[in-house]
Order: sequence, then structure tokens, then C-alpha cells
Amino acid sequence: MSGIEIAPDHLQPDSFVFSDENLVKAQTTIAKYPERKQQSAVMPLLDLAQRQNGGWVPRAAIEYIADMLQMPSIRVWEVATFYTMYFLAPKGRTKVHVCTTTPCWLRGSDDVVKACKETLGIGMGETTSDGAFSLHEVECAGACVNAPVVQINDDYYEDLDFEKTKRLLDSFKAGDPPKPGPLSDRRGSEPAKA
Amino acid sequence: MLDIKDRIFTNLYGEEPWDLAAAKKRGDWDGTKELIAKGREWIVEEMKSSGMRGRGGAGFPTGLKWSFMPKEDDGKPRYLVVNADEGEPGTCKDRDIIRNDPHKLVEGCLLAGVGLGATAGYIYIRGEFHNEANILDAAIQEAYDAGLLGKNACGSGYDYDLYLHRGAGAYICGEETALIESLEGKKGQPRLKPPFPAMAGLYGRPTTVNNVETIAAAPTVLRRGAAWFSSFGRENNAGTKLFCISGHVNTPCNVEETMGISLKELIERHAGGVRGGWDNLLAVIPGGSSTPVLPKHICDTAIMDFDGLREHQSGLGTAAVIVMDKSTDIVKAFARLSYFYMHESCGQCTPCREGFGWVYRVMQRMVTGDARIEEIDMLQQVTKEIEGHTICAHGDGGSWPIQGMIRHFRPELERRIEERLAAARAA
Repeated sequence: MSGIEIAPDHLQPDSFVFSDENLVKAQTTIAKYPERKQQSAVMPLLDLAQRQNGGWVPRAAIEYIADMLQMPSIRVWEVATFYTMYFLAPKGRTKVHVCTTTPCWLRGSDDVVKACKETLGIGMGETTSDGAFSLHEVECAGACVNAPVVQINDDYYEDLDFEKTKRLLDSFKAGDPPKPGPLSDRRGSEPAKA
Repeated sequence: MLDIKDRIFTNLYGEEPWDLAAAKKRGDWDGTKELIAKGREWIVEEMKSSGMRGRGGAGFPTGLKWSFMPKEDDGKPRYLVVNADEGEPGTCKDRDIIRNDPHKLVEGCLLAGVGLGATAGYIYIRGEFHNEANILDAAIQEAYDAGLLGKNACGSGYDYDLYLHRGAGAYICGEETALIESLEGKKGQPRLKPPFPAMAGLYGRPTTVNNVETIAAAPTVLRRGAAWFSSFGRENNAGTKLFCISGHVNTPCNVEETMGISLKELIERHAGGVRGGWDNLLAVIPGGSSTPVLPKHICDTAIMDFDGLREHQSGLGTAAVIVMDKSTDIVKAFARLSYFYMHESCGQCTPCREGFGWVYRVMQRMVTGDARIEEIDMLQQVTKEIEGHTICAHGDGGSWPIQGMIRHFRPELERRIEERLAAARAA
């Protein structure tokens, strides 16, 4: 949980406010929790801010959310830096998360990593120079019977190998990604037909 | 083999739609009002006599857990919290329930809520399951729109709200008190127990935390009866269970089977057998990454239930079977797991935070044999100093796999060290 990257000052916007649409979403979210327990909404609100701000949470959003939820901003910082899905600096517009934990590794995640590095031309944790892609190693994605898997933005792609991963990323580059799920004959977690 | 008519999760693979209309055709939400009318005590007693043990890993008897909630109603909120923070390496069963059969979970939340005397439920789903969360959210909305949740749920006179809360990437939030902290809008760091959640949980109120599979199975258990459920499996290990079979098998899959099925039958019948045949098997992690590994000679006869695996100093855990054939670099497989436990330590307790970093660094050297023979014992000893010396079970869960590896694969560790020494001498 170390090595949190925070965007330098020149990249930080001066202010942040939710769009009208997201403000409604934020209010709906806060209403899920009992009165005076609005702090519970900090995680969904950080996620909302990250989505609105092109995939990363700026400092101003942290202050804004702290204000909205009437909590000290240090408490929001604690949350924003604890969980791995919040990014506090700009990353690729398309985030490629590769699971390399043992069940994926047994099924060839090393090849998936290699395909990602080759196709994107970047290393783990890096962003392409045009800002289109960033590559991230993640811990168990929880789709082990469809290993190896990658998560690209919100979607899982499963049953991968070297070639399928290359084709997958090429299709993202071409702006024509396939339907999420197993890139095999399977629908889900059923055994493949012999 | 479990008969199809006795499966609880009939849409595990998503062959049919997940929505309310399809779920009702599968038998969900059937007579829910009547089950609620039987009352809180009946629900708890029925769960107790079904023999259901928690499906999230620890295997605590579900009915007993439910009975810990205070009996008297003080008019203030009390909660059911459902743990959908599925992330134990090897485990991917709750995801299938949520995306393909979410109404089983939603109905279970209501019935469990009644059994607990709860006023509301929160489902905490891991953040990565974005599409699954959207489906579950829509299923909850469908249930509200149909009058199955909310005020006078199912026309039963019981008021019950259900909410979905998304996590954001932290394995530790699968620990029940870390999950509660996270739900309260904090870092997911486990709490000291006592007080246990049944006394002071979410917002300091009585709370019960259960796994998705446990809650989603509850409506079927209540409808078909405790005697039906306990007719499967051995005493103290009742019921049917979702198994996740990953790794070096021909057809990895999730499948529902009876508890107590043999490991070999499970793998051969459902997962197409071990790659290259049973004799090509090296070892199996039987219940998610925290459960100690079993070498082939134990796998030959191992029984897949709580007691059957405890006999071999391992456990059923989440019933996530990770299969490794003879091509596996077993030391590397465990080095990667030790990285996982280091990465996912919340950092609160020193033995876990420092210990797993140490374990990972030593494991990296064990992979290449760049170690001294006595460091194997030292590695064992360090895991013993982590185990049992932390606030939560992460310390135990990260220690057991290493201990299991040393127990069964010490000769392999020694071989690598000696080979490296011999090579150095020759050079």
C-alpha cells in the first residue's frame, strides 16, 4: 500500500465540483446511509469524482468531497490512498489491469503481461506517451476459473492467452473493443465443451 | 453427483436471464410472505437445524451466528451486512450468483434480515465487479418496484431496506470488521474483537456479516426445509456447495456439488480432469489461497468438506480448488501468494505488515535456491510469529500457505539450495 503517486501541482485543477448529473447521483448515494452517517458515501463519491475527472482524483475533489460530507479532509485522503482503485494522478484513458496472482499465473498470465507490454510498448505502471493506455498489475481479480484475465476499465476479458491479448488490445487501439467476458467459446464459468 | 433438481443455484452459468420474471420462474420469491410469517425464531431454528455453515471461508454455523443478535427490540437500527468482497485467490463463485442469479441474494437478504430482526441490509461488493454491481443494483430496484422490499416487504408487514455499497480494491475488506469500517467511510482496517459485530457492528449497532453464497442459499434452505439441506453431505458438513476449480485442469469451472465429494471425483467429473491425467498432478490448494496445499498422495483420497480437509491440516475455506500439475514451479507459486499477502496487509499490525514483506523476500530467494538450509526453518518460525499475533485472520491466512508448502515440499526447497551451492562450488 505504499508508493502512492500524487499528481504534481501543475496538473492539479484549481477547483472541482460535481456536474449537475453527478450531483444528483451523489445525493442519491448519500441518502442510502442513515442521517449523520453521510461519511459512508466517501467511497462512491471518490469513484464518481474519478470518473468525472478522466480517471483520476484531483486534490480539489478530495477537499470538495470532504466539505460535502462534513468530514476532515485528512479522513478523505486516508480513504483515497488506502484503496487501490483510486488514482491520484493522471493515467491512461484506458486502464489495463492484469491479474498475475497464482491462479492466473498458473494459466499463463506471464504471457498476458508480455503481450500487454509488447502491444502497448510500455512497462507495468506506465502510461503510453499519447495518454491512451496505462498498464497495471492487480491482485486476484476474482475470476479464477476463467484465468488468465484482464480488466480493461470496467470490463473483464477472460480465458486469455498471448495472441488473444494482443488482438484484444489492438481492437481497443482501433476503438472497436469486443464484448466483455471470456474470449473463448464459453459464456461464463461453465466447463468448456470438449 | 448432485442431481440437477437438487441444485440451489440453477442459473449459475447465466443460461437464462437474471431478472425478476425469470427468477420467479426458477422459484425465487415464491411464498416469501409465508416464510416471513413463520417468524424470526422459526427462521433461525430452521437455519440451525439445516447444518448450514458459513460459505465465506471460516465455516461458522449460520443459524448459531444469527442467534447472537440481541433478542429485544430497542427500536433502533440493526443490520445485515453481506460480504460480496470476493477476492480470496481461487474464488469466483459469488460473482456468478450476483450476475446470474441476483434475486436469490436479494430474497435471502430479506429473509435473513427477518431472522436477525434487522431493519436494513447492506451488500458490500468489491469495486472491480462493476458490471456485476450494476446487475445487482437493478435487481434490488426491481424488488422495490414489485413491493418485495421496502415498507411492508412482500406484503408481510415487515419493513426492510436493502442497499448496495461498492468497495474500491482492498482484499482486507473481506474481513468482517474491516468491511464494516470501510462501509462507514474509513480505511479498511480490522477492529479488535470483542465487541463482536452482533453487539456493536455497523454504526455501533448490532450487525451480522454473512457471505453471499450463505445468504443466497438461505431462501431455498427455508423453502425446501432443513431436513432436505442436511440430507446432503456428512454430519457437521451439511449441504451443497459451490466449488471453483481453477489452474491446471482441462475445463476449469464453477460447479455446485454435495459437500463431501472426493477431490478426485470433483476434478475429474466437472473440470475434465488434471491436465495430462491424474498422475500428472503435483498438488492442490483445496479451499482458496489461505488453505494449506495438499500433495498428490493426499489428493488421491481427500474429501471435500470442513472435517475432511481439516484431517489433512488444511481446510475447505471458500472451496476454491487450485490445481497444479507437475510442470508447476511450486516455490514460485507460493512466492506469488506471499506477495499477495504482503500487498494486501492493511499495515495495522507489525507482525503482518513487516512479516509478510520478510516472507516474500525470503521466498524470492527460495525460488532460485539463493538461501541457506537453516532459512527454511527460519521461514517456518517467522510465519509462526505472524500467525495468531495480529488483530485479524490475515496474519493466519498468509502464514498457512507457506507452512503447508514447507510441510509437504521441504525436499524441493532443499534441492534448490543444494543445487545452487553445488553450482557455486563447481564454478
